Formats: sequence, structure tokens, C-alpha cells
Amino acid sequence: MGVFAWIVKRDLMLALRHRADLFTALFFFIIVVSLFPLGIGPEADTLRLIAPGVVWVAALLASMLALERLFAVDHADGTLEQMLLAPQPVALLVLGKIVAHWLVTGLPLVVVGPVLGLQYDLSADALGVLLISLLLGTPALSLIGAIGAALTLGLRGGGVLVSLLVLPLYIPVLIFGAGAVEAHIAGLGSDSHLYLLGAIGMVALLLAPLATAAALRVSVE
Amino acid sequence: MSDWQTFFDMGGYALYVWGSFGVSAVLMIAEPILLRGRHKAVIKRVARIARMNAPEVKQ
Amino acid sequence: MSSRLINWFKFSSPATFYPLAGRLLPWFAVTAVVLIGIGLYMSFFVAPTDYKQGEGYRIIFIHVPAAWMSMFIYLVMAFWSALGLIFNTRLSAMMAQALAPTGALFTFIALWTGAFWGKPMWGTWWVWDARLTSELILLFLYMGYIALTSAIEDTRRADRAGALLVLVGVVNIPIIYYSVEWWNTLHQGSTINFRKESSMTTTMLYTMLIMALGCWAYTIAAALSRVRSIMLERERNSTWAQQLVAEGKA
Repeated sequence: MGVFAWIVKRDLMLALRHRADLFTALFFFIIVVSLFPLGIGPEADTLRLIAPGVVWVAALLASMLALERLFAVDHADGTLEQMLLAPQPVALLVLGKIVAHWLVTGLPLVVVGPVLGLQYDLSADALGVLLISLLLGTPALSLIGAIGAALTLGLRGGGVLVSLLVLPLYIPVLIFGAGAVEAHIAGLGSDSHLYLLGAIGMVALLLAPLATAAALRVSVE
Repeated sequence: MSDWQTFFDMGGYALYVWGSFGVSAVLMIAEPILLRGRHKAVIKRVARIARMNAPEVKQ
Repeated sequence: MSSRLINWFKFSSPATFYPLAGRLLPWFAVTAVVLIGIGLYMSFFVAPTDYKQGEGYRIIFIHVPAAWMSMFIYLVMAFWSALGLIFNTRLSAMMAQALAPTGALFTFIALWTGAFWGKPMWGTWWVWDARLTSELILLFLYMGYIALTSAIEDTRRADRAGALLVLVGVVNIPIIYYSVEWWNTLHQGSTINFRKESSMTTTMLYTMLIMALGCWAYTIAAALSRVRSIMLERERNSTWAQQLVAEGKA
């Protein structure tokens, strides 16, 4: 456990040193969400209808954009190889990196998401559901995305490739995340969606670090 | 003759039935042809490599 | 037990498997042509006209087998991938890579024929029905696999990365399918069911089965041919490959 906390701390400190990187994914998220009303028109009824889907699709794209750097720096300076040789289980180290990555790139989306929801005239409790759905869903995105990032490590055109691998796997998170807000707006109650979103997160938490560790071994070897 | 016409007409569904089977047929004929082409290209490549290596072996 | 294992590994070496695949290939190709020929004849001349959907329903004789194949092939790829990761055999990864384009082909055929079936039956080319949507996502999974394996130049890494991706995909397929189904019922858009609309006669079922068997034979033949090309490409510097080519037996 000590090693886990250490790696989270280390990655957070590294991320704080490159503060510009911190904001790329976040600004991307904000811009994409703000573009839709310009493309579709400012009618509040339409915007309320598309808000959950737009915010969630933008969150998917933003968290995918941030994936490329998850292992790239450690790979470039050889730290990753050392980690694979370390006596600690690789999956635990990987999980630490994913947690740090989520704190840096996922958590800002969770915080900003509801603010962007205001642009779409969502009601206060719908914004609350959006916040909870993002809080439950974005960790799953980081976990699943890590597998793709590990598989494409160091490849030419890795960024585009990662989207091809990871976006289809993101679909359940998108469906339940946006669905929770939609169901709430429709008056159906968002509980079942949120439970399922949590369940996906748990499955991802169990399996994704193992798959990512295996993928890193394949890629670094 | 009119028998064939009614056959090709497919009860008014001609576009859909032949559109489906036609495209499937084209793809399932094209794939083996492409595979054959790929195999021949590989054989040529291997033969070229073998020729390049051959003189060294004989020396 | 151990000697049998060794035999299997020997059997799976390219130098042994290549000529074997070459001998098997024509048989599967001929079987495919014969079965699909019979299946097409039955599709158009034997199977009766459907009382509800007229002649248009005949599309299912290609649509359903293609949809079956698209799913089976992914499962077979997952089987080979697991085998390859556990026993570290080169042949299994090559088999998975040989199957992928044919799987993508059948997925595309299933989508295409689904659209051509949907237009006259539902009035639109595309319906966000749970099955069609899942099939589309399956096509994305195939494309991701093909893109990943062809982007990696080191064959050993390509083999193992591809195998991992297929296994991750296989774990995800049920989750994706149920989430899409859930999404579909929430939006209550199309309550139309793809295959249960008309009662199937025995002739229709047999026709479909013969077509499906024909597609199996086709897939095996295509995969064997592709795996031979992959082997020869990878082993181009080996003596056995150059000997076979020199003797004109490749």
C-alpha cells in the first residue's frame, strides 16, 4: 500500500510541474461542450434534451485525449521498465498511476461538467445527477483507457489508434452516464443507471489494472 | 421470359433483395481474389530473397 | 500427456502447418462453393414466399448467417488469442489475425443487408435497434484489432497486444450488448423485433443452416489462405519457406 500512495503522490507532483498539460483536456472539454449550442441553435428545449449526451460524449473524448501521456513520459525515460522489474505487483503500480491520472484529468471534468450544464439550462437536481454520474463514470473511463494507452505505447499515430481501441469500450459508460441524467429529466429516476454505472466501475477496477499490466509487459518487453 | 422477369422483380423488393445479395456476392468474391493476389505477391517476394541469397550459398 | 503436448506444438510450427493448410484449403473452398450454391438455390427457388413480408424476407438468408458468423469469428479469435497467450504459440496469433478481416467482412455484410432489410420493412435504412447497434460496435472492435496489429511492426508484440485486445473485447461484448439493449428500451424507439416477425418454416430454417455452413467453410478457407500468406511473409528468410517457393510448392 505504501508503494501505491507513493506512486500516486509522485505522479501528482510530476503533473503539477507541467501545469499546462493539466488544462489541455479540460479546455478541450469546455470548448467541445460550448460548440454544440452554436451548431444546433440556442432553443432551451432542444439544449435541455441534448445536454446529457453532449456533456458525456465530450467527457469521453476529453479523457481519451489525456490518455496518451499516461505512460508515455515514464516509457521515454525508462522509469516504466524499472517499474515492471520492481518486486511490487505491477497492477498495483498501474492502479496508482491511473488514480493520479484521474485526479489530474478526470476530476476537473466532474467539477466543470455541472457548470457547463448551466449553459444548457439544466435544472439544479439534474445538474446534481450529472455530477454524480460523472463522478462514478470518469474513473471507469480512466481505467478502461489505460488498457488502450498501454497497448499503443510508443507506436506511431498512437493517439488516433487509442481512440479506435478505446471508444467502443467506452460505450456502456456513455449509455449509463448520459442515461442517468436523461432518466432523471424524464422523471424515471436515475438510481438504476447510477448503480449500473458503479457496477461497471467496479468491474473495471478489478480487471483493468491486470489487463493494463499485461499490456505494458507486452509493449515494453 | 416473364417467369424470369417476375423472379428478378422479387415481388417489388428487387432493389432490396438484389442490393443485399449483390453486395454480399461482390465482397465474398473479391476477398478470395485479393487473398490469391496477396499469396502470389508473397511468393514472389520470398523467391526474390532466395535469389539474393543464392550466390552466397554457392560460393 | 507430455509427449502429446509436444506433438501439438510440433504440429503448430509453421513449417508443418503451412503445407497442411495448403492441402486442406481446396476442400473447404469447394465445400463453401457447393453449400452456398445449394443455399442460394434454396433461398430463391425452394423456400416459400413469406405471407407477411413477401419476397423481401429472402434477405434474411444472407443476413442471419452473416450476423452469426460475425459473432462466432470474434469468439474463435478470442479462443486462439487465449491459447496464444497461455502456450505462447505463434500459430494461434497468426490464426486470429487471419480471421479478423473475414470477421469484419461478415459484420459489414450483416449491417449492409440489415439496412436493405430495414428500408422496406421499417421504412428507414437505419434503425437504432439493439442488434444493429451492437453489430456496428462489433465492426468497430474488428477495426480496432486490425488497426492495432497492423500498426505494430514487431510481430511478437503485435501478436500479444492483439490477443490482449481481443480478450478485453470479449469481456466487454456482453456488457456492451446489455447496455445497448437497456438504452434501447429506455428510449422506446423501435419495439420491432428483427427475426420474430414471421414464423419460420422448416425449409427456411434448413436454408439458413446450409447458408451458415457454407459461410463457415468459406471462413475456414479464407483464414487458411490468409494464414499461409502471413506465415510465408514472416518466415521469408527461413530455409523451409525458400525451399517450398523454389520447388514451386508454396
